[in-house]
Amino acid sequence: MVDLILSIYEIPIINILVKIIAILVPLLLTVAYFTYFERKIIGYMQVRIGPNRVGPRGWLQPIADAMKLMFKEIIFPSGANKILFTIAPTLTIATALAAWAVIPFGAEMVLADLNVALLYILAMTSVGVYGVILAGWSSNSKYAIMSTLRTAAQVVSYEIAMGFALVGVVMAARSLNIGDIVAGQSGSIWGWYMWPLLPLFVIYFISGVAETNRAPFDVAEGESEIVAGFHVEYSGILFAIFFLAEYANMILISIMAALLFMGGWLSPFQGVEFLGLGSSFLAGSSIVWLLSKTAIFMFLFLWFRATFPRYRYDQIMRLGWKVFIPITIVWIYVIGIMYYAELAPWFIKG
Amino acid sequence: METIVFYVFSAFMILSALMVITVHNPVRAAFFLVLTFFSSAAVWLLLEAEFLAIILIIVYVGAVMVLFLFVVMMLDVNLAELKKGFVKNLPLAVIVALAMFAMIFMVVGGEQFGVQNFAVPERHAADYSNVSALGQLLYTEYVYSFEIAAVILLVGIVAAISLTLRRRPNTRHQKVEDQVAVKGADRLRVVKVESQPRKHTIDNAEVKK
Amino acid sequence: MNFVTPDFMPAMPEIFLLSMVCVIMIIDLFLKDESRGATYVLSLIALIATAFLSFSNFSTESITTFNGSFILDPMATILKIAICIIVVGVFIYAKDYLKDRNMYKGEYFTLGLFGVLGMMVMVSAGNFLTVYLGLELLSLSMYAMIAMQRDSIVASEAAMKYFILGAIASGILLYGMSMVYGVTGSLDLATINKAVSGADRVVMSFGLVFIILGVAFKLGAVPFHMWMPDVYHGSPTSVTLYIASAPKIAAFAMMYRLLVDGLAGMQADWQMILIILSVLSMVFGNIVAIAQTNIKRMLAYSTISHVGFIIMGVVAGTQAGYGAAMFYAIVYAIMSVAGFGMIILLSRAGFEAENIEDFRGLNQRSPWFAFVMMAIMFSMAGVPPFLGFWAKIAVLQEAINSGFLWLAIVGVMASVIGAFYYLRVIKAVYFDKPTDETPIQASMDIRLTLSLNGMAILAFGLYPTALITLCISAFA
Repeated sequence: MVDLILSIYEIPIINILVKIIAILVPLLLTVAYFTYFERKIIGYMQVRIGPNRVGPRGWLQPIADAMKLMFKEIIFPSGANKILFTIAPTLTIATALAAWAVIPFGAEMVLADLNVALLYILAMTSVGVYGVILAGWSSNSKYAIMSTLRTAAQVVSYEIAMGFALVGVVMAARSLNIGDIVAGQSGSIWGWYMWPLLPLFVIYFISGVAETNRAPFDVAEGESEIVAGFHVEYSGILFAIFFLAEYANMILISIMAALLFMGGWLSPFQGVEFLGLGSSFLAGSSIVWLLSKTAIFMFLFLWFRATFPRYRYDQIMRLGWKVFIPITIVWIYVIGIMYYAELAPWFIKG
Repeated sequence: METIVFYVFSAFMILSALMVITVHNPVRAAFFLVLTFFSSAAVWLLLEAEFLAIILIIVYVGAVMVLFLFVVMMLDVNLAELKKGFVKNLPLAVIVALAMFAMIFMVVGGEQFGVQNFAVPERHAADYSNVSALGQLLYTEYVYSFEIAAVILLVGIVAAISLTLRRRPNTRHQKVEDQVAVKGADRLRVVKVESQPRKHTIDNAEVKK
Repeated sequence: MNFVTPDFMPAMPEIFLLSMVCVIMIIDLFLKDESRGATYVLSLIALIATAFLSFSNFSTESITTFNGSFILDPMATILKIAICIIVVGVFIYAKDYLKDRNMYKGEYFTLGLFGVLGMMVMVSAGNFLTVYLGLELLSLSMYAMIAMQRDSIVASEAAMKYFILGAIASGILLYGMSMVYGVTGSLDLATINKAVSGADRVVMSFGLVFIILGVAFKLGAVPFHMWMPDVYHGSPTSVTLYIASAPKIAAFAMMYRLLVDGLAGMQADWQMILIILSVLSMVFGNIVAIAQTNIKRMLAYSTISHVGFIIMGVVAGTQAGYGAAMFYAIVYAIMSVAGFGMIILLSRAGFEAENIEDFRGLNQRSPWFAFVMMAIMFSMAGVPPFLGFWAKIAVLQEAINSGFLWLAIVGVMASVIGAFYYLRVIKAVYFDKPTDETPIQASMDIRLTLSLNGMAILAFGLYPTALITLCISAFA
């Protein structure tokens, strides 16, 4: 029996499918409970309790939400383009999930070990904007189209800053392969790219927040001005899909920050002499490290939302074009200088 | 397997390219153009040019077409106006197009550029990196052309800004640096007010008035 | 991969110009509108220094660098110097015109310098890629310069027309290049030249036709001339000045690089096509120019006819013929810049001296500039002893030497027809009563440069040998 299962597993397509499921199911569960934690954490920050009715301490709340959304009626606004109206959320979730194909969870744990993985992720996030455009356009609603304009301009602008930040990483690692980038940071906690690339790291993460249209850059939703943005006309499962994609993208940005700047699955205790930590089990690379680092960034997303008021639109554009892009360009030069000076431990020529 | 993938994506590419020019709604045409780009990116992937494929998606699909879509969405394109004279000019257009097609077919068709004229390209080893191969060529052999291309982009930026930026004398701008540099003391004045007993009599008198 | 760091020295003028443009752009950013003159002065300095650098780079043999994408030969050096000097004139003429019309922005100069860089790249291009990139750099700068006068509907129309047609022409040029690349397997002009004989004739001729089409559009040869009158007319005169002068020199260089450096093996084929272009341009340009009352349009048609003569020199297909064509291109640029300079001289804030009527009685307003105008017009018509005469003679002589007697006869006939409308302007200048009595308001530097320009037409006309020998020696 076991042999049979193993031999089935050997078939390439089955093998890949199993791996896809192994990534997607935990991801979707994380998304579900991410929403729960969002409400809880922001609740506590605002001295409230948050959801506490469904299940013990409200643990079943996300399940209940999902059920509710699934069984609600899908309403097509009059004059909407039905085909595009349904394609839009599909496109959004497809690109959000497809990006996960190249994310490694350990030195060997990766579905598609692409040479240009970093570019692939950029491509997927940039294609994701089409979901928003389609949704806004096909809804035949003025609020939706307004939000579409805002989102698309914002995403395209911040993509440039994000792209430049990633150029810094690529320069440091001399590879576009994420596994190689993580390997390049090994040695000790000082080997992580967040130190030499600190400005890029900060810009990357802030741009990531802007890319996912999260607070304080959520003018795309701007409840007080344009109701709920591009998905104002969506209901039921179609709305749920947008929701899912947004959270999947947030997690993607977090795990990317962890992988590219904070050493991914490498342990922070690597190479530490103090108390012999460097040789203990704590120093070993493990997916646990990667996930905890990701969790830190995920928490930051929520913290931002609870803390900052929404940016005004022109301020967002100014920040992106006039602050971030110049800083990243200057820092690319700085990296060039560091590279030339062979600054240890990051830029030693191999 | 690869052949099948190639034919599927090529068919997609040709069909969607056809749709771009036949479809009525300009927004849909733009979306079909996106599909065309996607399919050609896939064909490029088959050629082991993964860098070009992904750059095509990032640049054309992710940025250029988004802006293009905006323009199309914002403009109220009057199709009737565009179609005026279409029928009148059709015969001439068809003749010219057919003549062009025949000529191009004669030249590009199988005889000169057919598959039989070219050797099957070598497969690259697994560690072959399209990115570094391209980079090496761009920054050595083609560095002059590369730099000129960069200058062209710079001119594009200068031109775009000089065409769109105009300062009107009476517009009000925010000075962001002033906004950032502002301190609490600039906006809020804390006044020390001596406490004193209430004067009931005066208050009552005013109310009565 | 063995890579040798290329020799940067031959490209020094280009590198210097690019760095200067970047510096000027940054300085311009911090200048107030009142001190915009600094940009202007710096641009002039940059151009003159570039001309000097090109001069000091002169070498009698042909040097290639950057893996063959850059060629430095005598032709390249001479043309680069000519381009720089002519654009200096353009900038001087344009300055006050821009000031009077609220268009005095640094971008005019920076875009103009970028255009010069593009021309220089075209002039010393060693492969298809650099020819195309240089062309695009030049064209893009010109589109933007035309469109800069945003409130003017004619200018916007001119820019759109030029942009769309120019983009189509570039596309066609690229298509032709790709065909040639397809059969020869190289983008390098020298390599292509070697491979031509072994390549497939059908594909090569197909590619050749497309390449010539792209070149003819940029030159403005009939039947690809439709954009020229509208663009010349619609653009602000300060920009017409620019697009009508130096770019034609660069277009000649492009034609030479592509057809002679790259496709010399197909000379018999391209000669045929060029003869047709040449005849059509000369005849059509001169005849239609007669009907024009707007002097900018008239000069546009006159340009078309001059382009016919430049092509005739290339048709001759000999070293001396190319030299004559190059001489003609330079002479044309000198005359054209002077002709449009006259329009600027007579224009003032709120008034464009665009029509032939505006030149009436110029003799009574300013005898000296009436004389300069006469020199320009006679020179364009090809009347001895002015410069244009020698240019026409040189080209016609080479055409006859190569056995194209009838082509030369057509050329002479066309010039005779053309003389009519040039003389009409001279008649207006000398024999008509002025309709406009206001004294000429142009500033000293324009007067001086224009006088120098007119004098150059006369002086080089009296002593033409030096310039002609120089041009012919470039190809020896």
